[in-house]
Amino acid sequence: MRMTRPDHGQMAGIDVGGTFTDLVQLDPATGEVKLAKVPSTLDNQAFGVMGALEAAGSDLGALDLIVHGTTTTTNAVLERKLSRTGLITTAGFRDVLELGRRTRPQAYGMTGQFTPIIPRDLRLEVAERMDADGNVLVPLDEDGIARAAKVLVDAGCVSVVVHFLHAYANPAHERRAGEILRGLWPNDHITLGHAILSEAREFERGVTAAVNASVQPILARYISRLTGELERGGYRGDVLVMNGNGGMVSAQTVADEAAKTVMSGPASGVMAAAFTGRAAGLPDLITYDMGGTSTDVAMVRNAEPAVSNEIEIEYAMPIHVPMVDVRTVGAGGGSIARVTEAGLLQVGPESAGADPGPICYGRGGRDPTISDANLLLGRLDPEKLAVRGGVSLAEIETVFDERLARPLGVSVTDAAEAVIRMANTTMAGAIRMVSLSLGADPRDFALFAFGGAGPLHAVALARELGIPRVLIPARPGVTNAIGCAVADLRHDFVTTVNRPIDMLDPGELDDIFDAQTVQGERMIARERIAATGIRHVHSVDMQFVGQTHLLRVELDHPNPSPAELQSLFETAYFRRFRVRLDRIRANLVNVNTSVIGSRPPLDLARLIDPAGRKATIDAARTGTRDLRIDGTTREVAVYWRDHLPLDAMIEGPAIVEQMDTTLLLGVDDVARGDAQGNLVITVAEGMAP
Amino acid sequence: MTLDPITLSVIQAGLQQVCDEMDLAFSRAAFSPVIAEANDRSDGIYDAADGALIAQGAGGLPVFVGTMQYSTRTLLSMIENGDVAAPCQGDIYIVNDPYLGGTHLMDVRFARPYWRNGEIFCWLSNTGHWPDTGGAVPGGFSASATAVEQEGLRLPPVRLFKGGEMDPEIYAIICSNIRVADQRIGDVRAQAAALDLGADRLDLLLDRYGDDTVRHAITELRRRAAEQMRSFVARVPEGRHESVAWIDSDGVVDEPLAVRLAITRDGPDLHFDFTGSSAPCRGPMNSVRATTLSSVYLAMRHIFPEVPISAGAFEPLVVSGLEGTFLDAQYPRPVSGCAAEVSQRIAEAVFAALVPVLPDRVTAAPAGTSGNFALGGHDPARGRDFVMYQLSGGGYGGHAEGDGLANGCSTIGISKAPPVEIMEQAFPVLYHRYALHEGSGGAGRYRGGFGLDYEVELRRGNATASFVMDHGRFGPQGALGGHDGAPNQVTVWHGDTPFTPPHLSKAQDIPLAPGDRVHVRTPGGGGYGDPLTRDPKAVANDVRLGRYERDAARRLFGVVLLPDGEVDEEATRLARAHA
Repeated sequence: MRMTRPDHGQMAGIDVGGTFTDLVQLDPATGEVKLAKVPSTLDNQAFGVMGALEAAGSDLGALDLIVHGTTTTTNAVLERKLSRTGLITTAGFRDVLELGRRTRPQAYGMTGQFTPIIPRDLRLEVAERMDADGNVLVPLDEDGIARAAKVLVDAGCVSVVVHFLHAYANPAHERRAGEILRGLWPNDHITLGHAILSEAREFERGVTAAVNASVQPILARYISRLTGELERGGYRGDVLVMNGNGGMVSAQTVADEAAKTVMSGPASGVMAAAFTGRAAGLPDLITYDMGGTSTDVAMVRNAEPAVSNEIEIEYAMPIHVPMVDVRTVGAGGGSIARVTEAGLLQVGPESAGADPGPICYGRGGRDPTISDANLLLGRLDPEKLAVRGGVSLAEIETVFDERLARPLGVSVTDAAEAVIRMANTTMAGAIRMVSLSLGADPRDFALFAFGGAGPLHAVALARELGIPRVLIPARPGVTNAIGCAVADLRHDFVTTVNRPIDMLDPGELDDIFDAQTVQGERMIARERIAATGIRHVHSVDMQFVGQTHLLRVELDHPNPSPAELQSLFETAYFRRFRVRLDRIRANLVNVNTSVIGSRPPLDLARLIDPAGRKATIDAARTGTRDLRIDGTTREVAVYWRDHLPLDAMIEGPAIVEQMDTTLLLGVDDVARGDAQGNLVITVAEGMAP
Repeated sequence: MTLDPITLSVIQAGLQQVCDEMDLAFSRAAFSPVIAEANDRSDGIYDAADGALIAQGAGGLPVFVGTMQYSTRTLLSMIENGDVAAPCQGDIYIVNDPYLGGTHLMDVRFARPYWRNGEIFCWLSNTGHWPDTGGAVPGGFSASATAVEQEGLRLPPVRLFKGGEMDPEIYAIICSNIRVADQRIGDVRAQAAALDLGADRLDLLLDRYGDDTVRHAITELRRRAAEQMRSFVARVPEGRHESVAWIDSDGVVDEPLAVRLAITRDGPDLHFDFTGSSAPCRGPMNSVRATTLSSVYLAMRHIFPEVPISAGAFEPLVVSGLEGTFLDAQYPRPVSGCAAEVSQRIAEAVFAALVPVLPDRVTAAPAGTSGNFALGGHDPARGRDFVMYQLSGGGYGGHAEGDGLANGCSTIGISKAPPVEIMEQAFPVLYHRYALHEGSGGAGRYRGGFGLDYEVELRRGNATASFVMDHGRFGPQGALGGHDGAPNQVTVWHGDTPFTPPHLSKAQDIPLAPGDRVHVRTPGGGGYGDPLTRDPKAVANDVRLGRYERDAARRLFGVVLLPDGEVDEEATRLARAHA
């Protein structure tokens, strides 16, 4: 008998980001929403979590559920602060993790470094071999496993990964090695490569498994600290942790597949976007989260985030588990502007980062950045500068004058405006490349802007991209925490078929979908949290015979005929490439199902306190500011977001400020409030020449 | 008309975006894995008057950085002379003739005019590496060809598309002369569609900024790119900087070929004089002029990646002394080695000449070979013939900031190698090893990166092995006192009997029986700086990780290790003082 907790309890979504830990707490009984934002504590993120609960005035005893997004594993991988991990692999192949796929970090420049995730002396070989069909060519040297285990334990390893060639085809040797290790290994941290990812390609599978093993002890330790802190605070409810696929799993089991949490931070923001877009009637979105050093871009189609199982989180660091497909483009508020030797203006890719950061942060930054330009143009509030280390506008102007305005032969204000224009051109280009590589024309989407700096550039970017509408959620600065609060229970399944569609057995597809669905429903039923409904998303990855790239085709029912598949694929292919190839057969590569257990909906309108809203936009107006826009300086109205009436209509140019972000409307842009508390902006046509 | 630098910057980004989108569209729709996976393609925009490069996709294969402007230029002059039919709306030319501004036959170029108000505003062109264009061996890399006819079908510029429709007769001729023809239609459509996409995107750019503004911007950007390159050229001290880089042999005649280079800075320009390089060779290690120039440009771009790819950037780089050498081969010299191998040796010569005078910018020599091993045969278990390619990387050179990368891609490429598991799925082979080529990194203050060491066995049927590699006789050059990297080693095991090909890393059609093995150890990168100045702890670490033998610490680096592997500081000081 499984126990299901009642679903009317209070829940909190808590997301730990690089700078802030955000919290959204909901009381379904009263509809009350609490928000909190406190500094992250990166050494032990649990303190930030407790701080956020305290700041929100949460009664831990009354809370029933916490959904948590953590960057513990992300930071561990990117900073290479990993657990000491050993690898046991097939004789002859210990260097696979170091050799990679014979690439280099940049197309031009013969320098660049790569540090393998497990050092060579902790990569041991044992005799064993399968062929590509899973036949045993060399039996497993069981004594060799025991000897290797001893070497690794003596070397201080706290986790181990077993990675054998062709284990995806026949995992018997990996399983047997796992059994032997479990008898000898002094802790729980044993990863078998095929169990994390059962696909060919030894480098990608090996790195994925090695990442899993290397972060497992770290995540397990963190979760136990966190649950310990929560218990000491009187918490008796459940803790669920966000995965990179945008779904959540229980804290007890999350460390088993720790690699799946590595990209969970960006995923939760995209989940919030999908949820918000569905509620707002804008289910097709490009999400845009502009941070200090980079910008995350993702696509949401029909209120479902695009998912990929081929994400590389940095050079030669592939993690091939299904994850929300978030692409990072190298421009953020800290991107540095410079004049090249050719006398042209360039913004990025160098960044001032978070430390020292832009000049206006007052931490000693001396390079002109996008954020500084926003400030000089009146797009950010200069009054607030005083709180940031006492840098004056004049100091920033001096830097812009020396570094940009004089070399370009323009005024400081023109230089600052040029920085914004160049930044928007660069970011728009990068967003276009992301959407095209995902097979989408940006003009068919709305732009969902969040993060601290996102809304400031969103409307101009949309104009540049030909995107007609921009959606600004009620709380752009806590979007990731909202993502935790609305996340579904989710399990993704991929089965590789890899055959021309006319060679599929009748009913084969249906059987695979059925098996995937049954397994997913079983896993959701096992959770202690109830789902309000279960839905299935079926798709297939296809290609023309002879091709290597895949195109995903969504299915609205699980048993299409071969003719139907071919026609769906040809249509999708034409839409994408404008090429019709009607005499070449199609190949069906992967069969995919996502089983999604929905959670009770969140009333988004409560994210801004309804009691605080005023009756008219004039009542929400806080003043005016001189704003440089399209080459002229104008006095424009400034509004306080929390005071806007729900059905506000604001015509640009205007500035809308709120606690953690600023929205800028250009000439003739029109923002309208909707019933969920979002602002939906109709972007004026025409681009600055 | 004078344009402000901001408008110029924005238009430059816009032109770049058009090319990047063409690159993306071509790769995503292409069938050939060489294009789709390995990105062995490039897309660009070229001047209507002289074919000069206006902008090229950032993701293009480096070796094409300078070639397509020569092929476009040649096409324009052939049209002007009446040698080739003039274009109408909707026409796209196809050409793969190496001597008309190309590389090897497999690199097939498409070119289409971009029309604006009834006139040609500029040209759009792309190159894609087709998996086969006919010839003596599948794939086109014949190590023993002595004339271009043996290398494949050679197409002069002809209009494959006329008025927007493909000419089925020309296409039928092509298909009758190449292997696996049935899938090529996918590549042809992808290649043409990428150019059409580029035209659509250019429409938007011109509509937005105006034809005249963009035209002026293109002229001005070219001038400024030249200025930018000159600002970097000025960092090269005046005087003559010489180097020689060696190719083992041409695959037919067993004699080394020399790339002799003297770089001289003369005012704002940098002169690359190849006088004294070897004469054209009998085998396929010849280069054509366009590839030679492109190799110089790509080497300079590796050194100064900041400069945008544009004809202006090439203007200050003046190349001479090619006439009569194997770097300017004429019909019918075989050229299949030019893009994959000779180009890398030209780049090595540029690096070797400049590393002493630009030590912060230039690396010691990288492995510099594409490591092309082809295995063709019959698989009785599947009842079909197969051709397998194993391309492999090698070590990169040490440099001022650190050691060289292990198993990096060729200097002129950016593509990934296929995984062992995929190779074993597709072909009747079994890999015994895929490992670091231990000890191969050239010793230096910053050592070279390590090459690859793999051994692969034929499991069933019969097959022949062919190799088109290089650096088998001479390792990649060390710099500033660093040692050369280890050379390429190819051994074929017939049972227990080893066989080393006479040309070392070049051979054609060596028969293999089941159980026979091919063992390849690719070159390590050259070392950078005196190895006796390397941090002894870094040496101890390399020994601890098994990258070098223990005795190499003493022999190569003058570092004495204690029995526990730690550095014996005193003994090391003495050893280095007496070295």
